[in-house]
Amino acid sequence: MSRLAARFEALANTGRKALIPFITAGDPRPDFTVPLMHAMVKAGADVIELGVPFSDPMADGPVIQRASERALAHKMSLKRTLEIAAEFRKTDQETPVVLMGYLNPIEAMGYENFANAAQRADIDGVLTVDLPPEEGLECSALLKARGVDPIFLLAPNSTDERVKKMDVAGSGYIYYVSLKGVTGAGHLNAVDVENKLQQIRGNTKLPIAIGFGVKDAATAKTIANIGDGVVIGSALISKVEENLDNLEQASNEIIELLVSIRQALDS
Amino acid sequence: MTEKYNMPDERGHFGPYGGIFVAETLMPPIQELNAAYQHYLSDPEFIAELDADLKYYVGRPSPLYHAERWSRELGGAQIYLKREDLNHTGSHKINNTVGQALLAKRMGKTRIIAETGAGQHGVATATIAARLGLECVVYMGAVDVARQSLNVYRMKLLGATVVAVESGSKTLKDALNEALRDWVTNVDNTFYIIGTVAGPHPYPAMVRDFQSIIGREAKEQCLEATGRLPDALVACVGGGSNAIGLFYPFIEDKSVKMYGVEAAGDGVATGRHSAPLCAGRPGVLHGNRTYLMCDDDGEIIETHSISAGLDYPGVGPEHAWLKDTGRATYVNITDTEALEGFYAITRMEGIIPALESSHAMAYTMKLAPTMKKDEIIIINLSGRGDKDMQTMAKREGIEL
Repeated sequence: MSRLAARFEALANTGRKALIPFITAGDPRPDFTVPLMHAMVKAGADVIELGVPFSDPMADGPVIQRASERALAHKMSLKRTLEIAAEFRKTDQETPVVLMGYLNPIEAMGYENFANAAQRADIDGVLTVDLPPEEGLECSALLKARGVDPIFLLAPNSTDERVKKMDVAGSGYIYYVSLKGVTGAGHLNAVDVENKLQQIRGNTKLPIAIGFGVKDAATAKTIANIGDGVVIGSALISKVEENLDNLEQASNEIIELLVSIRQALDS
Repeated sequence: MTEKYNMPDERGHFGPYGGIFVAETLMPPIQELNAAYQHYLSDPEFIAELDADLKYYVGRPSPLYHAERWSRELGGAQIYLKREDLNHTGSHKINNTVGQALLAKRMGKTRIIAETGAGQHGVATATIAARLGLECVVYMGAVDVARQSLNVYRMKLLGATVVAVESGSKTLKDALNEALRDWVTNVDNTFYIIGTVAGPHPYPAMVRDFQSIIGREAKEQCLEATGRLPDALVACVGGGSNAIGLFYPFIEDKSVKMYGVEAAGDGVATGRHSAPLCAGRPGVLHGNRTYLMCDDDGEIIETHSISAGLDYPGVGPEHAWLKDTGRATYVNITDTEALEGFYAITRMEGIIPALESSHAMAYTMKLAPTMKKDEIIIINLSGRGDKDMQTMAKREGIEL
């Protein structure tokens, strides 16, 4: 069983929801990321989504765009993101790590090289925003063969047919994009999410993590109750952006927010 | 030779290029668009309305003009200009916006968005949105807003909202990113009119089909004027819509050579250019696989060209395919050479071309003298130079 599957099963058995923080690798500096990952695990993170910086993040709002720009200014790349993940893994063999990014850096590395590198870095899942299953089967097969889960997105306008497609193509979990928009948008509607989740559950047994537009403990709790886990990204990265001259403070504020969400999820 | 050409396949692939590489939220609207497009493509009523608009609103057919003086001066092939600069709004871009806007209307969309580089596509979109009474938002890189301010003013006059994009390199690629973000947020009521033969399927094929009126007319006009097919076609290539519009109807006519002219900026060797076909590598950006300007890590590199309309790190996937198969040849022209082309045709024929089209003029100055006097070149004069007067005056040290 993959680390992700095991983690979601263990959570389900204890009636808990997955807390999944997203941070951009190397934002604002490469040496900030690994200690932050460990601190997030201590604060109650169940899975870590590690954003791979890309020059043209088309599905992201301004907060994550700027995080990518800060990281790229320090020459971050897919290769160095994999190194960060491997570094984290040295002292944490339990927490699943999922890379989330765009296809072109993977194209540049080559699918097979990337799959091998992901395996070597002991990555658990790969979510490629602009790679739908129609185009992604080659890459997914290479990942699956190496024990890495290909994770796909579903959206509010996804049809039953597409849910079934993701169920076959994906593994680990499904990332449900809670709203029509970019990351960090502010118009999440819990009733809509709940209705949609019913439709999705009818077509897949994969765990469902919900993200986009989750800002605080209250929304996180509402959303997590509907799904199997909650992804929080822009709200964390904002803490980095607000404290660029004091990264210790940035880290403290991120941890504080995660702890409050963890408490809300478990209460 | 009449080898059948029927690209793309039903999934939008031109060989390894093209396809649909988008976030999940955009899959349903893209499928909806594809279904609507396939349906109306063979709907006589739609085609009749499109043809009427092209004739009475755009002003088609555009003339095929024999540049006799310039041909004589260059001392080689006879040069004919396909006068897309004479279209309403001053470039070939309107051929496509008229088509997509009619489609948007039939699909019940009330809001139009577009990206623009030089502003020609933005103006053409704002124009058709004004005519149809549709809300229109145009995304334009902040750098381009500054260097194409006349077109920004035109779009605003026409009632469009122009959003200056401050992210990334602040040029065309960033405008496209921002338009995609808008689309993903407003998928229900919004139609995204992409201005070039890039983006996810069906855009590359659809924009080509709307633009191929250029080549169909040119073929007929050339046969009428000279009794034969041309020997060579020349067009500038940014995303590549004017080039594919001219090339496409000639693809099966193997005697006709095709030259796509990319922007070499300061020179391909300097790295400061916009020539992905000449000096890039395959990758995925903006919904399709094609040649891109990116580094070893797959990050997109900033491009450079004197012409905002060619300042783009990708290129339409069909051009990538035509390059790989050898059916078309892709060359490049520097900023300095493009200016020579600009001045030559301005002074020799009394036609002021857009800086984009000037790249095609400049390449023709190299090509024509190598050809015989009874051979024929057709250049796509894709736009007029009015929008570039400020840029040119500034280069000459003149304040307008």
